[in-house]
Amino acid sequence: MNFTNFGRYILLLKSVFRKPEKLKIYLKEIAKQMDYVGVGSLGLIAIISTFIGAVMTLQIAFQLVSDFIPKTIIGSVNRDSSILELSPTISAIVLAGKIGSAISSEIGSMRVTEQIDALEIMGINAPGYLILPKIISGITMVPMLVIISMFLSITGGYIGGSISGAVTPAEYIQGITTDFNPYTITVALVKAFVFGFIITSVPAYEGFYVRGGALEVSQASTRAVVISCISILVCDYLVTQLLL
Amino acid sequence: MIEIKDIYKSFSGNDVLQGISGKFEEGVTNLIIGGSGSGKTTLLKCMVGLHQPGSGSVLYDGRDFTPMTYEQRIEVRKEIGMLFQGSALFDSMTVEENIMFPLNMFTDQSRKEKLERVDFCLERVNLAGKNKLFPAELSGGMKKRVGIARAISMNPKYLFCDEPNSGLDPKTSIVIDELIQEITEEYKTTTIVVTHDMNSVMGIGDYILFLHEGKKFWEGSNKEIAHTDIKELNDFVFASRFMKAAKDKF
Repeated sequence: MNFTNFGRYILLLKSVFRKPEKLKIYLKEIAKQMDYVGVGSLGLIAIISTFIGAVMTLQIAFQLVSDFIPKTIIGSVNRDSSILELSPTISAIVLAGKIGSAISSEIGSMRVTEQIDALEIMGINAPGYLILPKIISGITMVPMLVIISMFLSITGGYIGGSISGAVTPAEYIQGITTDFNPYTITVALVKAFVFGFIITSVPAYEGFYVRGGALEVSQASTRAVVISCISILVCDYLVTQLLL
Repeated sequence: MIEIKDIYKSFSGNDVLQGISGKFEEGVTNLIIGGSGSGKTTLLKCMVGLHQPGSGSVLYDGRDFTPMTYEQRIEVRKEIGMLFQGSALFDSMTVEENIMFPLNMFTDQSRKEKLERVDFCLERVNLAGKNKLFPAELSGGMKKRVGIARAISMNPKYLFCDEPNSGLDPKTSIVIDELIQEITEEYKTTTIVVTHDMNSVMGIGDYILFLHEGKKFWEGSNKEIAHTDIKELNDFVFASRFMKAAKDKF
């Protein structure tokens, strides 16, 4: 059954990447989706990232019981954890809930109200018109959100450390600027790209093949979020193993 | 003209269509009738390619649609207009954008030309001036009329209507039926209407194909339907007491 679904998912993706009927209309749709995925999620990502950074600083400081370890380590651990894991993965899981469920229910509702059939009858490639702009917005905007998330998470750590006194601003700054490996940014952006693809394509697949009514649309939406989250975690492990 | 030859379709071993054949001429209103579950909508979906028939062929003016490639099908579909049971208007678009959508996708007309075409289509379905309304602001009958306006925006050669009267009051149903008939005669479209509305059958059925349990049981016109001795057809058409009483007067 899962192999059948995977096969249908691949076939759907094949239809998605067919040549667009009219590029101008697709570009307009891509811009709309980028605004929804990127700008629409900015506030949520900003709040989550800042607080996670702040909490991370406090927890690392709490675990540093030895006087032999310099406090600057708090900054560097926070930096690497934020860049490599927290920003890409937590952002992706949050976005899977916010964007994934919206994509699945939007496309699912269009399916049960015959709007997708209407597109196909008109001679329009429905998977391309409905899903391609969402995937492109996902693979471009999620990496951008992750970059913002990294910055805010590290800044959040600075603020949290300063307010609580867990680490001085000078120690924190020294920590985040010592032994920085730019390759970690590459790894994070590869993850963000993969997650952006999963967050948009998996819910689109679930919505596209809905059969039934409102109940099935909501079930598909739930399934889309669950499968997206699991896929994100599996791909997180695979990308980490491959690139580090 | 659309011709269907020996269409078979089954879902999970359940034979929904069993060898349906028929010819639907242009410029006349062709009806496919039958009870619930008789296979009407499945036949319609096989004809437009939303379902792939198990076997058989669908010929659009001699062009066999069933073995066509995706690209070839797109070319035929540009000649098709379809009115869906629930209208299938795009919720996020206004009436104007809905009608303009196929024009945007497939023509290089200027915005002015497209707006003129939208106004013409809306006038044709008696909805002039409703351009800026969203589907949620329309009544059921208005949605159907916008659906017809969208279906005719590209001057289709073939017009399909899936239960155009469902959920409408009798007066609005007649308006929709008359509109379909007028458009068919005016633009010489090959029109196929799936319905189980007896007013439609008696009012606009130039050619009627009756399905029962996935098989073709009868074909003819609305003038002939009252004079058949096929039990299944009589049970369907004259199911109500009113129709039984009216039968004697035909």
